Amino acid sequence: MTDTATLLDWLAAFLIVSGAFFSLVAGVGLLVLPDLLARMHAAAKPQVLGLLLMLAGLAIEWRSWVWLPVLFLAWVTQMVTAPVASHLVGRTGYRTKHARRELLHRDELAAVVRRAEPPADPGPRRAGARPRGRR
Amino acid sequence: MDPMDLATWAGGALLVVGALGALYRIVRGPSLLDRAIATDVLLVVFSGMLVLEMAVHRHTHHVVLVVLAAAVGFVGSVTVARFAEDRRPDHSLEDQARVPGTTDVPGGEEGR
Repeated sequence: MTDTATLLDWLAAFLIVSGAFFSLVAGVGLLVLPDLLARMHAAAKPQVLGLLLMLAGLAIEWRSWVWLPVLFLAWVTQMVTAPVASHLVGRTGYRTKHARRELLHRDELAAVVRRAEPPADPGPRRAGARPRGRR
Repeated sequence: MDPMDLATWAGGALLVVGALGALYRIVRGPSLLDRAIATDVLLVVFSGMLVLEMAVHRHTHHVVLVVLAAAVGFVGSVTVARFAEDRRPDHSLEDQARVPGTTDVPGGEEGR
């Protein structure tokens, strides 16, 4: 029971269940959080830490150094690409008013947007009228 | 109790609950971007299921799938975010009351 193989099995199982727990966190967060930015916050948890824990458990369970770089590649790739998507989704959500700004404690983008755009015109935009300095 | 049995049931249950939460957000919206991030979460949960299955059965068949999911999963969100636009006059967001993509607005070709 206390030999190394069993210990490593338990460690791998613990890591995998811990990683899967972050999937649960993301699912609950997507269910209950109030707006787009808060849901993005929950959605990032399994993408970074959850995947890292599950891949670590997998590497331990395999008992093989050969596949470790491949798993590391998967995690690094996820680390590189997830912020790109989050950045664009968050910015688009802010600019298309899908984010509820009244829930924000600090809105550091508001000054930039106010400077870049003419004062808010709630009416429909003219066709082909592209706001200057869009970022 | 075998540790991998525990990982199968406990980890599998957690992953399934996460997938159900993501599916609920995909179905109910309320916005296109909510669906995009929920789809990302669903893809990660799917990767987690592949990892769990590889760990339990001790094979390496799905490693390429996991790497590819991590590599190309963001393309969908980026594309959706690039072409999402504001079709509402204000940001009074009523979570269950709105179906996006039902109205049209002039100037719709600019990807705001």
